[in-house]
Amino acid sequence: MIEEKTVILRTEHLKAFYLLEVHGTQKTVKAVNDVDIQIYENEIYGIAGESGCGKTTLLKTLFGEIVPPLRLIDGKIFYRIDDDEVDVSRMKSEAKRKLRMEYISYIPQGSMSVFNPVLKIKGTFADFIGSHVHGQSRAEIFELARERILELGLPKNVLDVYPHQLSGGMRQRVTIALAASLNPRIMIGDEPTTALDVVVQRGVIQMLKDIQKNLKNTIVLVTHDMGVHANIADRIGIMYAGKLIEEATTEKIFAQPLHPYTQFLINSLPKFGDKSMRDSVPGSPPSLADLPTGCPFHPRCPHVKDICRQEMPNFHHLDENHKVACWLVGEA
Amino acid sequence: MKTLIDLFKDYRFSFAFVVLLVILIMALLSFFSPYDPTLWYVVPRDLKPSSEHLLGTDSNGQDIFWQATYAVRNSLTISLISASVSRVIAILVGMIAGYKGGTIDRVLMFLGDSLLVIPLFLIFVMLAMMVREHMNLVVLGLMLSFFGWPWDARLIRSMVLSLRERDFTRTALLSGTGTIKLVLKEYMPFTMPLIFSTLINNMAFAIGLEITLALLGLVDLTIPTLGTMLNWAYFSHAILLERWWWILTPVILSICMFIALYWLSVSISEYLDPRTRIQRVGA
Amino acid sequence: MDKLLEVNELTKRYSQGNVLARITLTAVDHVSFYIKPAEIFTLAGESGCGKTTTAKLVLGFEEATSGTMLHNGKMQTRREKAWITRGVQAIFQDPFSTFNPLRTVDSYFHETVRNFRLARSKQEAVDRIDQKLRLVGLTYQEFAGKYPNEFSGGQLQRISIARALVTDPKLLIADEPVSMVDASLRMSIVNLFKQLRDELGVSILYITHDLATAYYVSDRIAIMFRGNIVEMGTVEEVLMNPRHPYSQLLRDSIPQVDPEKRWTTTVTLSELEHEEYLRQGCKFAGRCPDVMDICKGVVPADIYIDDVLVKCHKYSGK
Repeated sequence: MIEEKTVILRTEHLKAFYLLEVHGTQKTVKAVNDVDIQIYENEIYGIAGESGCGKTTLLKTLFGEIVPPLRLIDGKIFYRIDDDEVDVSRMKSEAKRKLRMEYISYIPQGSMSVFNPVLKIKGTFADFIGSHVHGQSRAEIFELARERILELGLPKNVLDVYPHQLSGGMRQRVTIALAASLNPRIMIGDEPTTALDVVVQRGVIQMLKDIQKNLKNTIVLVTHDMGVHANIADRIGIMYAGKLIEEATTEKIFAQPLHPYTQFLINSLPKFGDKSMRDSVPGSPPSLADLPTGCPFHPRCPHVKDICRQEMPNFHHLDENHKVACWLVGEA
Repeated sequence: MKTLIDLFKDYRFSFAFVVLLVILIMALLSFFSPYDPTLWYVVPRDLKPSSEHLLGTDSNGQDIFWQATYAVRNSLTISLISASVSRVIAILVGMIAGYKGGTIDRVLMFLGDSLLVIPLFLIFVMLAMMVREHMNLVVLGLMLSFFGWPWDARLIRSMVLSLRERDFTRTALLSGTGTIKLVLKEYMPFTMPLIFSTLINNMAFAIGLEITLALLGLVDLTIPTLGTMLNWAYFSHAILLERWWWILTPVILSICMFIALYWLSVSISEYLDPRTRIQRVGA
Repeated sequence: MDKLLEVNELTKRYSQGNVLARITLTAVDHVSFYIKPAEIFTLAGESGCGKTTTAKLVLGFEEATSGTMLHNGKMQTRREKAWITRGVQAIFQDPFSTFNPLRTVDSYFHETVRNFRLARSKQEAVDRIDQKLRLVGLTYQEFAGKYPNEFSGGQLQRISIARALVTDPKLLIADEPVSMVDASLRMSIVNLFKQLRDELGVSILYITHDLATAYYVSDRIAIMFRGNIVEMGTVEEVLMNPRHPYSQLLRDSIPQVDPEKRWTTTVTLSELEHEEYLRQGCKFAGRCPDVMDICKGVVPADIYIDDVLVKCHKYSGK
C-alpha cells in the first residue's frame, strides 16, 4: 500500500502517573512514562508487553479516561476529527463524552457486567443506540440494532436472548458489536481475546478484522499474546515499564526484532515442529513505582553496557516504520 | 495502634467510642451503688434532679441515677449473652452447612429459614408468657440468642461456600490438612469482620427486643433493665405527672446506645471491608 | 507395559435444574487413558471439555459416577484421597488464589511436612523445604515469612510446584498451570516440568488449552471435546498430523507466531454449549466440515491408526 497515511491519534511526551498514598507515604507509579505514539487511519495497531508494563493505562489515557488516582502529568493527546487536530487532554468532560462511542469506542473484556442482566440483548443495543441517535421511535431503533447485528455477522437470534444465555465467546462478540455499532473511527480493545478458548479467540480476531476492513477505521489492541498480534496487527509497539521501546510493522517485528526485550518476547514462544529449548525472559519486570535508572530493561538485559545503567536511549529510526530505543542499536 | 488512629478519623467511630465508654463506666459504677436496686422507698419519692440525687428519684422511692447504672449493666449483660451465644450457633451452623453441603446444608438452612419467616415477635411473646416465672437475665439472653442466628448463619455459609471453591482450599487439602483445621485456619480469618459486625448488630437487636418485651410486661419487672425502667416510668404516669427526669433517663440512654452501636458496627465493618481497605491504602 | 496410572471408562455426570426440569450433563464420558512413569501426558481441549473434571476425579476431589482408576495396577477406591495414599500432587491455574492471602506461604510447606511426617526436627524440615525450593530456582531465605502478595505470579506458580514436590510425588497434576502467567514467563514453568521429568522421574498430567506448550513439553497427548477423548497419541503424531476434524480445527486455531502464516479460512462457533453436550452421536457433528449422516445418530467408536486413537466415523472401515 503506497498511500499517504493520515495520523488519527497522536500523543506527545505523554506522561500519566498514578499518585498514591500508601501508609502515609507518597508513591508515584509511572505507568505511562514519556510515550510518543502515532496511530494511522485504517490500521490495526497492537501494543504488546508483560502485565504491569502500563499498556492498559496507556489505553485509558488514549481513550481520554483519566480519573484519579491516575493523573496526566505532562504531554498531549490529539485526535484528528474532520481534518482538525483536537487536543483531547484539554477537552471538557462533556465534550469528551460526546466523542465516546461515536468517534472512539472501547471494547471491554466481555464480562457480564457490560450488559443489563434483566434486558434482552436487543434492549441493551436499543438503549445504547438510542442514547446517541435522537428523534427515533423505539421500533426504529430496534430495527437499526437488528441491521447492525446482521451486518456484523452475528446470528440474529442473539437479539432475543438474555446475556446469561450466551456462551463466553458469543458474549465477547456481542460486546464488540456493541462497540462497533455507531461506526466509530477508532476502536480500542484491552485484551479482548485473552480469556477465550483458541477457537473462539480465532472467531473474535476474525470479527475484529472484518469490522476494520468494512469501516476502514483504526483499531488499537492491547494484548500480551504475541501470537494474536502476529495474526491481526499491521504495526506493533512494544512497551516495557511504561515506555515504548520498539515499534515497527508486524513483519519487521517478527522477522527482525532489534531490542533485546522484543527478541526475548518472540523467542520465548514455542512453535510447532520445533522442540528446541526455549527460555523465558530472565528475571521479573520492574515495579513501576521504583524504576531502575537509565534503560529500565538493563537489569534483565544480557548485553548490558555501562551507558544503559545511566541514561535512557533515544529512538533510533532504522527506516520510516521501524524505531527502537536501545543503546545497542545505531549509536555504536 | 495504627488501626485505632485510622478508626478515630471516622467521626462515627469517635462518637460511638465515647458514648459506649460512658455507658460502660456507668455499668461498672453499679457495683459501687449505695442502694439495693430491688428495694423500694430507700430514698424520698419524686425528687427533681439535685446534687444529692443526680437524676432525681422515682415514685418507688429509688434513686434514678443508681437505678440506671444497674439497668445499663443488666441490658448489656442480656445483649452480650444473646449476641455471643447466637454468634457461636451462627458460626457452627454456617461453617458446617457451607463446608459440608448436601443434605446437612439443606436441613440446617431449612431450620434457619423457618426461624426467619415465622412471625418472630408473636412467638416471642408466647414464649415469654410461658416462662415468665423463671425469666431472669440468662434465660432472656438465651431466648433472644435462639432467634438471632439464622440470618448471620446464612451470611457465613455463603462466604464459606465461595471460599471452598477457591484454590487455596485444595492447596490446604493437598498439604494434608484435616477438615476442622482447614475451616479454622483458612476460613475463620475471612469471616471475622462479618462475625464482629453482626455481633454488634445483634447486641442492638437484643436490647431493643428486651425493651419491647419489658414494656409489654413480659419480663421480671423487679430486675432493673432499660426496658423495666421504662415500664415503671410509663405505668406510673411519669409523662402525665411531668416527671421527665424519670422517663427520659432510659429513653435517652437507649437511643444513645443504639446510635453508638450502629455507628460502631458501620465504621468498623467499613474499615475491615477489603474494598474500602484498598481505597484507604490506595494500593 | 509399566503404567503409573491407568484410567478406565471414567464417567462423571452432573444433574442440573429442579425436579420438574432436570437435565443430566455428562462432563466426562467413558474416558480411558494411562500415564507411564516419567512421562508428561497432556489433556488438551477448550473450556468445558471435561479436562479439569477429569483431574479432580483422579485426585479424589470428586467421586466418579462410574469407571476405575489403577495406580501401578492397584485399584483406587471411591473418594480415596489420592494425594495422601498414592503420591499424587497438584498445582492450579491461578497462582494468586493457590495460597490464602491471609497466611504466609511457608506455613503451607511446614504444614505439609508435618502432616505427612516427613521430618523429625525443625532443621530437617527447613532443609527439605529448601531443597525443593532450589529445584524451582528459589531459596528458603527468599520466601520465609512472606505473604502471597509479595511475590509475582510466576514466582508463586513455582512456589506452588515446590510445595507439591515436598511429598516426593510420583504424579503431578497441573491444571492450566501457565494460562494465568505472563507469556514471557511461561517457558520458565514449562521448562521446569521437563526438568522434573528428566531429573526426578516425576510424571506429569498436564492439562491445558495451549497446544503450543503442549507440543513443546509433552510426550503423549489426548484431545478432549465435550467429555470425550477424540484423539490420543504421541504429540508428534497428533499435533503435526491431526486426524480428527476437531483436532484439526484446534490445531489451526492456535495463533502462529509468524505474520506470514495468518489464517485464511474462517471458523464456525457454537452458539449454545448445552446443545453440544446433549447431542446424540458425535458431539462435533454440528460444526464438523466433513459431517456425514451417520455422525448425527451414532457415537463413533475408537479407531486406532498407527497407534493413534481417533474417535471419528471418517476413519471407520479403513
